[in-house]
Amino acid sequence: MEKFLQTLIDALAVGSLYALIALGYTMVYGILKFINFAHSDVFVLGAWTSFLVAVAAGWGDPQASAGAGREWVAWVLWAATIAAAVIAAFEYAAWKRRHPTDAFSLNRTRLAGSLVLVAAWGWAALGLAKMAGVVKAWGDNGLFSGLLILLCAMATCGLVGFVLERLAYKPLRKAPRLNVLITAIGVSLLLQNLGQLQAMFGTRPQRMPTLLPTDAPLATIANVKIMPVDVIGAATAVALMFLLDFLVHRTKFGRSMRAVSFNPTTASLMGIPVDRVISVTFVIGASLAAAAGFLYGQKYPGLNQTAAAVWVLLGLKAFVAAVVGGIGNIRGAMLGGVLIGLLEFFGAAYVSAAMRDVYVFSLLIVVLLVRPSGILGRPMVEKV
Amino acid sequence: MLVVRDLVVNYGAIRALHGISLRVDQGRIVTLVGSNGAGKSTTLRAISGIVRAASGSIVYDGKPIGRMPPHEIVRLGIVQAPEGRGIFANMTVEENLLLGATVRDDAAGVREDWDRALALFPRLAERLSQNAGTLSGGEQQMLAIGRALIAKPRLLLLDEPSLGLAPQVCQTIFRIIREINERGTTILLVEQNANAALRIADYAYVLEVGDIALEGDAKKLAADDNVRKAYLGVH
Ligand SMILES: Nc1ncnc2c1ncn2[C@@H]1O[C@H](COP(=O)(O)OP(=O)(O)O)[C@@H](O)[C@H]1O
Ligand SMILES: [Mg+2]
Repeated sequence: MEKFLQTLIDALAVGSLYALIALGYTMVYGILKFINFAHSDVFVLGAWTSFLVAVAAGWGDPQASAGAGREWVAWVLWAATIAAAVIAAFEYAAWKRRHPTDAFSLNRTRLAGSLVLVAAWGWAALGLAKMAGVVKAWGDNGLFSGLLILLCAMATCGLVGFVLERLAYKPLRKAPRLNVLITAIGVSLLLQNLGQLQAMFGTRPQRMPTLLPTDAPLATIANVKIMPVDVIGAATAVALMFLLDFLVHRTKFGRSMRAVSFNPTTASLMGIPVDRVISVTFVIGASLAAAAGFLYGQKYPGLNQTAAAVWVLLGLKAFVAAVVGGIGNIRGAMLGGVLIGLLEFFGAAYVSAAMRDVYVFSLLIVVLLVRPSGILGRPMVEKV
Repeated sequence: MLVVRDLVVNYGAIRALHGISLRVDQGRIVTLVGSNGAGKSTTLRAISGIVRAASGSIVYDGKPIGRMPPHEIVRLGIVQAPEGRGIFANMTVEENLLLGATVRDDAAGVREDWDRALALFPRLAERLSQNAGTLSGGEQQMLAIGRALIAKPRLLLLDEPSLGLAPQVCQTIFRIIREINERGTTILLVEQNANAALRIADYAYVLEVGDIALEGDAKKLAADDNVRKAYLGVH
């Protein structure tokens, strides 16, 4: 009983994180029909960003965890955003001078617009990081700065997702799908290796500071301690999933998203700005992955360097979750994540811990053989 | 209202339109007829901004729109019900109709056009919560037109609305197209069913493998036996 409950708690805690990551795979697949292999690296980036921001805000042991060049990251961000804003302003002014009465937006204004957006966004992320520091200095017990750090990681990764899509995937909108797939693998390798730079996160593992006020269990049932980190983690994940589900199924934007996923050309005939919908989809997927990265770091504080095999494996399991649930299907990704979590943890606890990855990938094979479109995936119907 | 001049469109190495010119005046029904593969859909796609012209111009109310993205063209009031109806089969009838209102921000006006569209197509009103993929062909066409109407078009582009429909349903659709026009919406109607199209149109263009072979008053073309034999496949 004790073992069962403990396993169940761990399975749900980790499964909900798989689900968060799987959502990003599934949304991008639903809309662009390709697997964004760089998605798991955005998850890793989320974990590391949370770590950097937490340390900068004064959590943990700065001596032990602060490395060389941490300030440099902030400087690059500031400089890049200011430069982006100035360039965008000049571009816009120059274009306006040449077309004083023209109301159409040409690519140039769109470029300027996204640069301004990127700049404002970068500032907002930095603002969140600073606020986390201020709140911590006021004697916060961790809940508020935790929330601010989470939001900062989500904003940073959302921005990275936006920029990646603009620079790497958007130019390939009309290219064969294989080209996009290979590009995604390239982007993934780039992120993994950039992350290892000393100026970024370095190659040494680091310890994520614990933000929660207490290590005392919230409750004890049948000798099993219900830990705050699991409850808060799963609650955050579930809340984010409810938000996303509401967005997709109940709002005008969600309707546009589903329309683009079904048929981008017809969607554009409805007056839907397809490129913008795609951008937002990437941003949402990336920020959900960042949230998963933050929460994962809270449960398992040892952060490995960005190219470590454990990260790749986590990303793969989340991908399997998306496929098992039915790739392109949002509720399927959530279900798949939880299923994978349960299978992995119960298999490890009751059969053999050494085989935990085997169960996951065996399930993938079974699903692909028996029901290739996934549990909730109905081919060509209801997908995002 | 709409002036297309020397429009050339290529699909890779295939030239689909060899420089066609046509105009649609406000308040009219203009039809573009021609056999399969003549380039009718391509013309509408170019006007809607889905395919880009290699050369030539598309001018709407004096503004060149040839380089605008499709969603901005919809905002100008050029709305297309595409070939094959373009129904979102993963959504309900109601959601499909709501998608028509994507570009609008006047809730009261949408409500009004919504009621008007459902009055034109009472069958849709009975099936609002039904999955759009389960509708019959005729109902799907009604949904496509109703959805376009909710976008409040000034110029409505219809691509083969009669395709694959039973003769009786066709008749209903053509009657409703005329009704929409009588209420002030300009229509560019693409059809293979030349007889039916010429009957309701004011002016007609006959398209043959990427070129305008013939144009003129729709009633006169329909009445001219030589024209009917040579171009319209009617004997
Ligand atoms: N996506 C496409 N790629 C290549 N060729 C196309 C494409 N769409 C249409 N065509 C070609 O362009 C020509 C005109 O097609 P279309 O405009 O669809 O004709 P219509 O609507 O009059 O039947 C045809 O020869 C067709 O094969
Ligand atoms: Mg056609």
